[in-house]
Amino acid sequence: MAGSSRLTSVSDWLRPQQNRMIVLLVLAGVAMLIPLVVNNYVLEVLTNAWFYTILCLGLNIVVGYAGLLDLGYAAFFAVGAYTTGILTSKFGVNFWLTIPVAVSCSMLAGLIIGGPTLRLRSDYLAIVTLGFGEIVRIIARNLDITGGASGLIGIDRPSIFGLELSRGIHFYYVFLLLAILACFVSYRLQNSRLGRAWQYVREDEDAAEAMGIGRVAVKLYAYVIGAMFGGVAGCFFAVKMTAISPETFTFSQSVLILLGVVLGGMGKIPGVIIGAFALVLFPEVFRGLGSMRMLIFGIVMLVIMLYRPEGIWPQKQREM
Amino acid sequence: MSNLDIILQQLANGLILGSFYALVALGYTMVYGIIKLLNFAHGDLYMVGGFVGFLVLSLISGLMGSSWAGILCSMVFSMLAVGLLGVIIQRIAYVPMLRAPRLSILITALAVSMVLSNGVMAITDGEYLAFNTDLGYEGLDLGNVFISYTQLVLVVSASLLMIILYLFVHKTLYGKAMRAIAIDQDACRLMGINVNRIIALTFFIGSSLAAAAGVMAGVYYGSLHFFMGFVIGLKAFTAAVIGGIGSIPGAMLGGLVLGLLEAFGTQIPFIGSEWKDVFSFGLLILLLIFKPTGLLGKTEIERM
Amino acid sequence: MALLEVANLGLSFSGLQVIQKLSFAVEQGTIASLIGPNGAGKTSVFNCLTGFYRPDSGRIDFNGHSVIRRKPHKITRAGMARTFQNLRLFKSMTVLENVKSGMHCRTSTGALGAVLQTGSQRREEALITSVSEECLAFVGLLEQKDRRADTLAYGDQRRVEWARALATKPKLLLLDEPAAGLNFDEKKELITLILRIRDELGITILLIEHDMGLVMKVSEMITVIDYGAKIAEGTAENVQNNPKVIEAYLGSEDGEDVL
Repeated sequence: MAGSSRLTSVSDWLRPQQNRMIVLLVLAGVAMLIPLVVNNYVLEVLTNAWFYTILCLGLNIVVGYAGLLDLGYAAFFAVGAYTTGILTSKFGVNFWLTIPVAVSCSMLAGLIIGGPTLRLRSDYLAIVTLGFGEIVRIIARNLDITGGASGLIGIDRPSIFGLELSRGIHFYYVFLLLAILACFVSYRLQNSRLGRAWQYVREDEDAAEAMGIGRVAVKLYAYVIGAMFGGVAGCFFAVKMTAISPETFTFSQSVLILLGVVLGGMGKIPGVIIGAFALVLFPEVFRGLGSMRMLIFGIVMLVIMLYRPEGIWPQKQREM
Repeated sequence: MSNLDIILQQLANGLILGSFYALVALGYTMVYGIIKLLNFAHGDLYMVGGFVGFLVLSLISGLMGSSWAGILCSMVFSMLAVGLLGVIIQRIAYVPMLRAPRLSILITALAVSMVLSNGVMAITDGEYLAFNTDLGYEGLDLGNVFISYTQLVLVVSASLLMIILYLFVHKTLYGKAMRAIAIDQDACRLMGINVNRIIALTFFIGSSLAAAAGVMAGVYYGSLHFFMGFVIGLKAFTAAVIGGIGSIPGAMLGGLVLGLLEAFGTQIPFIGSEWKDVFSFGLLILLLIFKPTGLLGKTEIERM
Repeated sequence: MALLEVANLGLSFSGLQVIQKLSFAVEQGTIASLIGPNGAGKTSVFNCLTGFYRPDSGRIDFNGHSVIRRKPHKITRAGMARTFQNLRLFKSMTVLENVKSGMHCRTSTGALGAVLQTGSQRREEALITSVSEECLAFVGLLEQKDRRADTLAYGDQRRVEWARALATKPKLLLLDEPAAGLNFDEKKELITLILRIRDELGITILLIEHDMGLVMKVSEMITVIDYGAKIAEGTAENVQNNPKVIEAYLGSEDGEDVL
């Protein structure tokens, strides 16, 4: 295909370190300056795209790096959002202090659900996470402290150095910085002892075990780190929206995040970013689609899996 | 109501719920048993079955009315159509993925599920459809316990379907081939069994059972919704796991057990019906952790 | 005391007895072999030793500690490394990355270290690379280190597996049919390599093999099993002349190797 070969040559040019740094700096510069030239609507959409980038990168650690299917990822995002929401709105805790609590809570949730189930076959994990996602949503719907079906409202906006984060542009930069941080963490993890261990386990669990790699521990690591990303995104989501409701954290939300990961290319950071942007931009560009959106996403996901399972972003070529 | 009445009433509720779960669980378990695929789209086939049944019934109601004759007719048609749909899905989406990593085929199954549920959503605009029938409200009145004839007929027909399936799997050559493929696909190929055809047959049967359950649920609840496959898919999977995934009698048993557990679980004080799903999903998670082989499942050779 | 001591090992799969009351020992610094006709249960013994199967009964003591029914990765960490009968490389990764997997259990940097790239993390990464390259050099594959593992010739892929096992810094190396699929010259190289691992690295070796010529040439101690039970034990000459061994092999397709 002409398209794919062009993409390959682009990625060839990207391989040398300095070329890659140039591109990254240019992209970061564009991302920084874009709010100066676009209107509020576009800014809002882009903020949303960075927000999904964080979630997709988090899920990518679980799905792309460790090769585990998590169908309840929205649950971790929910745990983060609700922890911050409850602590700030009901107990008046300062937002910045809620972050460590919220992140610990979502990591704990990851540990509780992942610890026992990661020993099981991989497809059982998918079902367990799906059930877990639903449980979290139903609990949020039915407890008083989470505000029931209508959710929490009136979550305070945080301030930093006396500046209250309230305008769209503030949150654009907040989510942009978080997304850059997420990329950085993902990149460092991918090229580390732990990142390699994920790949070993993904390729051949038995061989990895024989090499002295504890597969359960390694998977749990991925699962908990993924949960952490979700928790952080959730905290900031809560204060950006100032209101959260259980319907934000449905199964469809988890599937959407998964789609972002699959679309761009599981395990590849640029691919996942593209996937997250596609996820957010597509429905904005094709507004008329309305209720067809998820149907089209489903078809796209099916086509990707059948014809280009490595996703949009090209595979890393290795010298033969 | 006395305690005995409550028990009897919940027994009746649990049985009917359980027979739906069992019918859907059968398809899960058969497909899993034969190609080790967790078919996420299976619950959606149940949903599509309900809608097809509704469509046929509304078309033929002028001719045959919407009573049992019409319902039976639309159920048979729905079973055939959805059975075929199951085979088409298997051919298009799953056959190319059989040699791919486990993760890919799971995601593919998820994508199929999305296409089905959101396809129906786009057609129905996400609205609830009223599944109207001419069935009356008569039934057996046992003092404080009431069991409608509709409930009785549904439980009996679900049981009949399961008996037919059991006989098919255990008494016919096709059934034997199915069981053989579940054990060793390559050996079956060498023995000249047309493996692909048997797998397609398995999909056909599993999907049509789900469709039957979908039509029955439409009749029973009186309404249909595009999202109804999601929860029942999870429940039926739970039922299949309770019984031991891969085991056909296990799926039937598991369905009944889950139905009864849910019916009685909602009677426990402080656990209202809003916690019903938490109850069954929680059960599923605990079960997978502590007894993943289920009640009737075979233990696999212990490795690691 | 022997480095590895197996006593009364028993394993059964759904009623079928695969290993019965098997006892043998491997002395520190020796090259030992486990042989037997097809289906005698040799690989099952390996799988029990390395934790992939859970034996029903018996003892497995390694380096003075019981390792029976422990997780495979813990056994590897304790110093027992293995290769697989059918190659089990991480196919889409490079040769060097494959070998680095062996160093995983000898290093410890976690997520935080990786993200912050602390000094100790960088030192550890350098160590992982240098040890892995040494292992590759030892088996003669250093020049191929950046190639994808599955693009190598079959014999070279085997050697990647060896380098990978060596990178776990084992005390005992278990080789599962190392000569399978190799030609005559490759087998000769293999014998040299086995001897070098023992003599230069001081690693004790236990191998399962079909190729009798190879077994007879390298091993100091041979245990023969059939139907999961030990039928003979001793040096090459001892075993070769044992009537039970000849009987077990005669009539089986491997008979000609013995005679």
